[in-house]
Amino acid sequence: MNAPALPKLGSMTAQKWRDFLINNGIYIVIFFIIAIIVISEPGFISIAVFRNILTQSSVRLILAFGVGGIIILQGTDLSLGRLVGFAAVISASLLQRADYASRFYPDLPALPLFVPLIIAMLVMALFSGINGWVVARFKIHPFLATLGMMITVYGILSIYFASGAPGPQPIGGYDDRYTEAVVGETLGVPNLVIYAAIVSALVWVLWNKTTFGKNLYAVGGNPEAAEVSGVNVTHTIVWVYILAGFLYGIGGFLEAARIGSANNGTGFGYELDAIAACVVGGISFSGGIGKVSGAIAGVLMFTIISYGMTFMGLDQYYQYIIKGVIIVVAVALDNQKYLKKT
Amino acid sequence: MQELLYIQEVSKSFSGVQVLKNVSLKIKSASVHALMGENGAGKSTLMKCLFGIYRQDSGQFFLEGNEFNFTDPKHALEHGVSMVHQELNQVTQRSIIDNIWLGRYPKSGLFVDEKKMRADTLALFEQLSIHLDPDTLLNQLSVSQRQMVEIAKAISYNAKIIVLDEPTSSLTEKEVEMLFTMIRNLQRKGVSVIYISHKMDEIFEICDEVTVLRDGSFVGTESLKEINMEKLVNMMVGRQLENRFPPKTNVPGEVHFEVKNLSTSYKPYIKDVNFALRRGEILGLAGLVGAGRTETAEAIFGVRTRASGEFFIDGNPITLKSPKDAKKNHFAFLTEERRRTGIYPVGNITFNSTIANVNAYKNKFGFTKDREMEKDTDTQIKAMRIRTSSKRELIRSLSGGNQQKVIIGRWLLTNPDILILDEPTRGIDVGAKYEIYQLIINLAMQNKSVIMISSEMPELLGITNRILVMSNGRVAGILETEKTNQEEIFHLATKYLNNSKEAEI
Ligand SMILES: Nc1ncnc2c1ncn2[C@@H]1O[C@H](COP(=O)(O)OP(=O)(O)OP(=O)(O)O)[C@@H](O)[C@H]1O
Ligand SMILES: [Mg+2]
Repeated sequence: MNAPALPKLGSMTAQKWRDFLINNGIYIVIFFIIAIIVISEPGFISIAVFRNILTQSSVRLILAFGVGGIIILQGTDLSLGRLVGFAAVISASLLQRADYASRFYPDLPALPLFVPLIIAMLVMALFSGINGWVVARFKIHPFLATLGMMITVYGILSIYFASGAPGPQPIGGYDDRYTEAVVGETLGVPNLVIYAAIVSALVWVLWNKTTFGKNLYAVGGNPEAAEVSGVNVTHTIVWVYILAGFLYGIGGFLEAARIGSANNGTGFGYELDAIAACVVGGISFSGGIGKVSGAIAGVLMFTIISYGMTFMGLDQYYQYIIKGVIIVVAVALDNQKYLKKT
Repeated sequence: MQELLYIQEVSKSFSGVQVLKNVSLKIKSASVHALMGENGAGKSTLMKCLFGIYRQDSGQFFLEGNEFNFTDPKHALEHGVSMVHQELNQVTQRSIIDNIWLGRYPKSGLFVDEKKMRADTLALFEQLSIHLDPDTLLNQLSVSQRQMVEIAKAISYNAKIIVLDEPTSSLTEKEVEMLFTMIRNLQRKGVSVIYISHKMDEIFEICDEVTVLRDGSFVGTESLKEINMEKLVNMMVGRQLENRFPPKTNVPGEVHFEVKNLSTSYKPYIKDVNFALRRGEILGLAGLVGAGRTETAEAIFGVRTRASGEFFIDGNPITLKSPKDAKKNHFAFLTEERRRTGIYPVGNITFNSTIANVNAYKNKFGFTKDREMEKDTDTQIKAMRIRTSSKRELIRSLSGGNQQKVIIGRWLLTNPDILILDEPTRGIDVGAKYEIYQLIINLAMQNKSVIMISSEMPELLGITNRILVMSNGRVAGILETEKTNQEEIFHLATKYLNNSKEAEI
């Protein structure tokens, strides 16, 4: 094609430098924050901290993948937190120790672990799938559709929560197998991290190597183009939400065990963390753009910042200010990437 | 020759307005059938009914004698009908490969077969002599390259009927030739093509038959061997059209705007562009695709990063860092890709035609004078024959050509001193083209200066005073329109191409 000689060297290096900064903005920001934390608290560099950060990121990452797919579709999901809470309460209620005093289902036999997991996944897929159907079929903005779902699910979840034998009180006293499977470790690696890695790999394959994934990006990028090329747009949208539901189910199952108990407030506000991590990681609200690596970077960055700031003993309210600023700065930097092309 | 497609008495209304009235037509197999008519005549709508995007209110389609009714595009594609849409419908964030195979990704097992897609894409491009890297993202391509990709995609379906709705709207002559070779090859294989275009010379060159629609009604089907241009225009507009170009009555004066050493920082590069525009002059910008004409305009307007460049108005240096600066200096820029950069689809016509100029409509309390905005919009609608039921209609329900006219009107309303027009008559019908030429010449007569980028040679020769020819990002020469011809321009356009490959796409 048309490629006259590159502009002269001198001007180019400065230009390249700037492009490099813009293209890697988020990584540079992470780097500086870590540097500041490390300089003020050299103890931050340790295996233990590293493990904690990865462990704390695991569930968040799984949830970020769920909403990430929806953001690629130019959508958003406010019901994430409540759905995760519902999944947590279901899992907890089905996996209590036989000898625990206030059991949710006093006579329930010990279930294989996968049973509650599958139930949580299916129920969340149902609710999230309804979100998808409402969005695709009635062309309701996802913000509104999922806002409605968020409130509705809170009601349903609270009714379920109160319906247990001991009444509305936090569900704890888990079966040891459950706790062990989630917070234990295998060959020195925390199980949560292993699960997050497996989910990341699966999501990567799904987004990049399957028809579903390609359709996801196409519908997110330009739904009309997808439609006239013979893609079933409604179908794609509904499946993206169902997939998110599965991931929320897994996330809730893990989260209940990680925290050690579940109630109807579990998961509150998680949607904002997950959405923030996604956009900071370059999953664009304008649709059609986003990578698995981006979601991972976004989630890690948030965990590192909050963990690091707590480690430094920074007051919680200052942490809020810094996080809030970072979200906007990161997104602005990310946008530069797409603006600079010309 | 047996008929391949029979369209029988198709009617279609949008919210009570009938846009197709019992249209019937027959397409022979292995033929290229032109569909013509003024902007808003109903060509695209008829094709969208065929393709399953719209559902006709009444009437039938028969393919090889069998009645069918496609319920969605997927259905049509599977039954041998493919279509290049008037508006480029592409996922620009994705690669060429992903776009071409969208909706029918080949699989091996559970996964998409990337290898096969790449191999098939390369084979397709080879066959069509397209030289593009299939992994390029579409937003890295020029509009004409994107259009070629879209055409290649339509061909790759191995369809029996290919609908091309204004496929050449942003192609240059070279690419049009390539497209015609492709069409003739398809024809030899028994494929029929429905070809929608407003470009007469193309129609006479490539088509066998032509069907004309006017106001949603069938006017006639003629063999192109037996009809002349005059008669065809007459069928379309329903009246006699004397000339294609109005007389050039503008008189260029002193130098008005000067550009020195303009170069850009990013691909596609332009290098050391120098020229002077005189007051009241219409300066044409000619060149092959990728020659950097649009880039030059964008660099002037401040939307493309510059490596160097100075600008002078009446000899005084000015800053042009952003579109805002440009507006302050009374520049206006009609962009090439109007749908993406120009249209507010959910705004009505009045909104879309006055949005660039709202300040002019402020009253002393700072509110907008709606009555005047509507009055000016009405003037535009009349001057350019915009086909609409009301100035309050949403712009997205207009036909493609009529949307263009609204956007052209928008920039004319800003009353600019220097007007840059990128392909101003793309997709505009013959009758309305004349009106737009007249408006441009009128502006020049009021001492406004105009830069007009165009890929249509006759139009450049018809209304400009001088023609600047670009080649590979550089100025190859500036010619007096009166003293030049098509051959000389062509020759200059290839001046800086170092090998023949670059001349193609
Ligand atoms: N979705 C729609 N809603 C309402 N009216 C529409 C819609 N689509 C088209 N129309 C109207 O139908 C008429 C025919 O439009 P169509 O797009 O078929 O014209 P066309 O012949 O393709 O014109 P052009 O040469 O400008 O592309 C126009 O008057 C247009 O305003
Ligand atoms: Mg049309």
